[in-house]
Amino acid sequence: MAETAVESSNELQQEKKASKLAAISKFRELGLLAFIILLCIVVQIKNPSFMTLGNLTDMITNTAILSILALGMMLVLITRGIDLSIGATLALSGMLVAQTVSVYSGLHPLLAILMGIGIGTVCGVTIGFLVSKIGILPIIATLAMMNIFRGMTYTISDGQWISSYQMSESFVSIATSSILGINTLVFIAIIIYIIAFYFINHTRTGRQIYAVGSNPESAKVSGINQTKILVIVYSIMGGLAGLSGVLWVSKFASAQGDTASGFELTVIAACILGGVSIAGGSGKISGVILGAVLLGIMNNALPLMNVSPFWQSAIQGAIILFAVIVNALVKRGVDRNNLLRRKI
Amino acid sequence: MTMEQRTLDQNEYVQRTLKNKQEFSLKKFFLQWEWLLILVFLLVIVINTSLSPYFLNAAGLRDATMVFLDKGFIVFPMVMIMILRDIDISVGSTVALSSVIMATLYNTLNVPMGAALVICLLVGALCGLINGLLIVKFKELSAVIVTLATMILYRGIAYVILEDQASGNFPEWFSFFGWGSVAGIPFILIAFTILAIVFTLLLHKTTFGRQVYAMGNNDTASRFSGVRVDRIKVIVFTLAGLMAAITAIFLASRMGSTRPNVAMMYELDVIAMVALGGISTAGGKGRMIGAIIAVFIIGYLQYGLGLINIPSQTMLIIIGLLLLVSVAVPKMKVNWKFKKSGSKRKLE
Repeated sequence: MAETAVESSNELQQEKKASKLAAISKFRELGLLAFIILLCIVVQIKNPSFMTLGNLTDMITNTAILSILALGMMLVLITRGIDLSIGATLALSGMLVAQTVSVYSGLHPLLAILMGIGIGTVCGVTIGFLVSKIGILPIIATLAMMNIFRGMTYTISDGQWISSYQMSESFVSIATSSILGINTLVFIAIIIYIIAFYFINHTRTGRQIYAVGSNPESAKVSGINQTKILVIVYSIMGGLAGLSGVLWVSKFASAQGDTASGFELTVIAACILGGVSIAGGSGKISGVILGAVLLGIMNNALPLMNVSPFWQSAIQGAIILFAVIVNALVKRGVDRNNLLRRKI
Repeated sequence: MTMEQRTLDQNEYVQRTLKNKQEFSLKKFFLQWEWLLILVFLLVIVINTSLSPYFLNAAGLRDATMVFLDKGFIVFPMVMIMILRDIDISVGSTVALSSVIMATLYNTLNVPMGAALVICLLVGALCGLINGLLIVKFKELSAVIVTLATMILYRGIAYVILEDQASGNFPEWFSFFGWGSVAGIPFILIAFTILAIVFTLLLHKTTFGRQVYAMGNNDTASRFSGVRVDRIKVIVFTLAGLMAAITAIFLASRMGSTRPNVAMMYELDVIAMVALGGISTAGGKGRMIGAIIAVFIIGYLQYGLGLINIPSQTMLIIIGLLLLVSVAVPKMKVNWKFKKSGSKRKLE
């Protein structure tokens, strides 16, 4: 008798715990938002220069590039892949475009952007081909391509930087100008997010990406061309990285061999914070935006709070680990909750 | 049938199968990946010799061996990890963290060097243990993501400890690890050989090694047949951390100092060596000896290219391409075989 009582109370507790975890997963975005607001308040109290217009604009434009990349990374992660090469792709496209601009100073900014997207897409298609056609693990293929792209960037630049005085006025102004009163970087990010929202949620290809990620076998059986989807996903990622390369170079007004080295880790962190599952199949645009914004604020706030920049990497690593573990626990809770419900 | 006859039959059967097996293996013996690797190795030496007259020089080769061999220590456990179908990209950061802690203990906290060495090994093993435990406790998380997070974390802690400073001033005898030699043979080569033998025996001659292969082929089946899968995985990842710490000692000794950004991208070199060594990323396949030959191939390739003034950036491209090719070739072979045999569905 006593045993059953203990058991049932145990079960009850488990059920409570599970449903709590399930609730967290439902309000994940809300929780993230609350955390962002809390962080802002704390930073503001510590350093009143945080909420000034100049700092906020700076922060948002910084986050724009991160959020563009995070979107592409989300698609890659949804298909159970990972792309470590985007930092290198970004550097390569930025360097090539900067060199072109330094030679043909009359190049229209729009053409420069298109060129960047083109270069990035070529890089992406290569990776997509390696992953889907030859069947190399994404981590190994992108690790290798990361070094190839990075090596190419160093080789074509010959170790030289392209600095702001070598770039045309119009090119540098991509990052500083504004469209409809919004900074161009932010404007581009918003446009991309609107297109992506439609693409992911309302087109057949977009839904097929989720299908391939959540169950590759049944996706194949139901006639989805997996190769095509993977190539598309990695090309989108590459294209976005190429675009970000142009924006990055324009914003910082310099192209170097080691531009954005290690930035892929920040991007992956943003996705994971935003609730994209590394096991594939799940991830929402709203989550990714919040994840990117949170990391953007954090990168901006740490120096303002007099935290040594050397802490940044350790804090980021700890956050990723924490977020991944919380994700796993939440998922366990949801699964257990579903099982319990079935029992009733 | 009497009992005697039956045993006779069985004996005959056993002998026949043994004979079959022997014939089979003799035929296949020279078609192994390892022979191809030896061929590539000779090719590298021949090409290097023809490109640069300075290549075939005993002192030069000796020094080159001392330089590239430090990464080789991580290759041993990485072979096991990749046989287990996992990957560990945090090893470079583990090298950085353990060497930084060792240098800080000795220089700032005045811990005797011997104790600092032991703590360095312990730190490395602890880093690996954390990786292993996280991977085992959270089965939903792949090794990729766990080691990605710890890669940032470990290097981040190294930066927190030493910021952008270098820390050196090691005692005189410490340089023995990187530069010393016993009877004309570099100490690092001796250490590498001993550990190579230990790890080869561990992987190929012990129950532990067989269980690693079993897990790489079928994790679930191994668990149901009584293999302690979790424990083995944790041990293998801990070994990776420990070997990274040994690399840290040799590296710090060779360079005379250490900084938080040492051993950047070591994971790429190590994974390239393992993949070139014929260890399949699909798990369960490959041998230690292949990876050991691959260490020397890549090492001498880099040394030879350095001699003819190829910049290190181009080396990045070459290592990347080498990794891709060595992973892609076996895959394409499998794909081609399936196409040839008319099978419609590829086995994943």
